[in-house]
Amino acid sequence: MTLTLAHYLTLGAILFALAVVGIFLNRKNLIVLLMAIELMLLAINMNFVAFSHYLGDMHGQVFVFFILTVAAAESAIGLAILVLLFRNKSSINVDELNSLKG
Amino acid sequence: MDVQTGFFYVFSLVMLFAAFRVITARNPVHAVLFLMLAFSQAAGIWLLLKAEFLAVTLVLVYLGAVMVLFLFVVMMLDIHIDSLRQGFWRHFPLALAIGALISLEMAVVLFGGFRAGEAPVVPETVTNAAGQVVQYSNTKALGTLLYTKYLYPLEIAAVILLVAMISAIALTLRERKDSKKIDPSEQVRVKARDRVEVVKLAITRAAPAAEASATGAATVEEAKK
Repeated sequence: MTLTLAHYLTLGAILFALAVVGIFLNRKNLIVLLMAIELMLLAINMNFVAFSHYLGDMHGQVFVFFILTVAAAESAIGLAILVLLFRNKSSINVDELNSLKG
Repeated sequence: MDVQTGFFYVFSLVMLFAAFRVITARNPVHAVLFLMLAFSQAAGIWLLLKAEFLAVTLVLVYLGAVMVLFLFVVMMLDIHIDSLRQGFWRHFPLALAIGALISLEMAVVLFGGFRAGEAPVVPETVTNAAGQVVQYSNTKALGTLLYTKYLYPLEIAAVILLVAMISAIALTLRERKDSKKIDPSEQVRVKARDRVEVVKLAITRAAPAAEASATGAATVEEAKK
């Protein structure tokens, strides 16, 4: 049984579903939420690379490159906000971030 | 089942296990370490897909920089894990059901739609612009595309990274109130009259003459010796 595109796409789907489950489970822990988002981006990137390989098109890999760039920027700013939050509140519990009552 | 398929299953199983441990680990440090394991396995899978440059980039940028940043932050923060895990098991059945539903549905659709089709064979050698036959290089192909067709998006990506760097620094920079720092611009701008003030004092009483002459004589004698 040789590998088909479906194998890689299913792997990406399972990884994405695991990340969604992670967001459901760790709704209070901001760090694990950020890590679940990283896992989601990894699943998306895996789909892009798989399509790029099986369709013989390099443009998919260029897109993965840009997604990696944006993900790195996102996690850097997210962690900076997290540090700032912890400095002000001494906690990263999402439930305690209710000072902005709209 | 050839070698590639075997490697695919090994990498996938390890990656899915690591991802599962990321979302269930008690200790956030363990979660970050498992996330690093998951990313390294993903790099292996990308190597199977012949995306060598991106696999190396994933290891260098993600494992080397972003995950280490995560690790730093997690170790710096003093987190009470127990309060953060309230409701963990209460949400577990719902989360599991939704996750299983998503993956099952997607698997059914994907295995229905994308089974057929072998991967196109990547040519071993290509002919370059000068007419020479050179070995095919994934990195070269990606670089050619990035610096010709995607030049402006590349510049935008560079600007995004710059903005991210500046904002991360600006967010976490804090001015300490107890530090005795100096302000160089203020030092440069200072004038002499801001610092030295010549005050003319009125003479209120005459100096005692005898004492003054005695000390004057003593200093003269000392100078002679």
